[in-house]
Amino acid sequence: MRHLISPLDFSVSEIERLLSLASDIGKNRPKYAHACDGKKLAVLFYEPSTRTRLSFESAMLNLGGSVLGFSSADSSSAAKGESVSDTIRVISCYADICAIRHPKEGAALVAASKSSIPVINAGDGGHQHPTQTLTDLLTIHSLKGKLGNLTVGLCGDLKFGRTVHSLIHALIRYPGIRFVLISPPELRIPDYIRENFLDAAGIEYRETTDLDDAMEELDILYMTRVQKERFFNEEDYIRMKDCYILDAEKMKRAKPDMYVLHPLPRVNEISVEVDDDPRAAYFRQAQYGVYVRMALILTLLEVNCLC
Amino acid sequence: MLTISGIREGVVLDHIQAGKSMEIYRLLGLGKMDCTVAIIKNAKSNKLGRKDIIKIEGSMDNLDLDILGYIDHHITVNVIRDDAIIEKKRLSLPDKLVNVIRCKNPRCITSIEPGLPQIFYLSDRKSERYRCRYCDEKHE
Repeated sequence: MRHLISPLDFSVSEIERLLSLASDIGKNRPKYAHACDGKKLAVLFYEPSTRTRLSFESAMLNLGGSVLGFSSADSSSAAKGESVSDTIRVISCYADICAIRHPKEGAALVAASKSSIPVINAGDGGHQHPTQTLTDLLTIHSLKGKLGNLTVGLCGDLKFGRTVHSLIHALIRYPGIRFVLISPPELRIPDYIRENFLDAAGIEYRETTDLDDAMEELDILYMTRVQKERFFNEEDYIRMKDCYILDAEKMKRAKPDMYVLHPLPRVNEISVEVDDDPRAAYFRQAQYGVYVRMALILTLLEVNCLC
Repeated sequence: MLTISGIREGVVLDHIQAGKSMEIYRLLGLGKMDCTVAIIKNAKSNKLGRKDIIKIEGSMDNLDLDILGYIDHHITVNVIRDDAIIEKKRLSLPDKLVNVIRCKNPRCITSIEPGLPQIFYLSDRKSERYRCRYCDEKHE
């Protein structure tokens, strides 16, 4: 039985197969409409989420399966003090596969260690968000036709931005990857990412506070929101929330085939005027998210689609 | 001069950094063991200037060398039988520590989940840095 807790749980070739399956799903959706008939997905969301939870639910429904679960800790037994370990043992009796989002880092790993069904990490605090990473990889691959030999700019909250951590994890396995890490000093990438992954793998990167300066060299710009819920101090949040705003003026400096990604939801960090730019790929990215989650569910449930 | 007799069978932990012996005593759970323990603090040492020594009389098959390796892998572990040193064990930094140190990250699942083992992995041998298995936060 397989789980997906970190992007590195899948090898490069397994990710290639998954992305290939996701692409096929995107092109031939009716073929997969009954692939999970009779199967149930449990969505255990201990913190608010719109798109990730609905994307998982949409994915399972598209496959003919059904969905059960909760969308906040208040509406679960966590409010009564139940541990993650106990909850997952019980849920294992009700569903065939589970997606868990929890505000505490490492919660999905704990769930996987006690579960008898496949567990998908749908975000654990500021730590990892591997299904967003798979979405990002599918988006980049679909737009650029490759995952290597790219200069990727990561901008905004690089400290608590779990999507950024997971994406770095995944991309360093492809040759010729280079990063430009754009953040205020307080929201720099955590040192374990720099140490364990970037430095350890000999990846070329530079850190800067200047988005304008980086625009010209990027093949992909990955914008992130400064997340209010990750701050203990509201003053810090207010000071940093609008530190980067991508607008049409900045886009003029970018390459004609540079694409802008964002895990969404956005607040102010991408001006709405950028939405009409053909290089704005963040809404297409949301669609890719459904396909990749469908592919992931099929893979973890070991459903062989002979369609 | 203080004299402490030798031991017939057991273990002598030598070259302990001065002042660390009580921490080792606690982490090895020596207080709970039914054996004779002598702790020598601030002994003169040609190598270290000052050092601590712990002598443990009795069978030490269950001695957790991982904990010792984590605290100070320069400690010499002398295994004694019939009044003679029969083995000098080398210590190294363990790849994994279980329930030796605790994660202090308030965002980590270990801060709320009951009964969870505190697991750390060695992330960088050169800087002797350990990180929490759950949240990857470094142990200070």
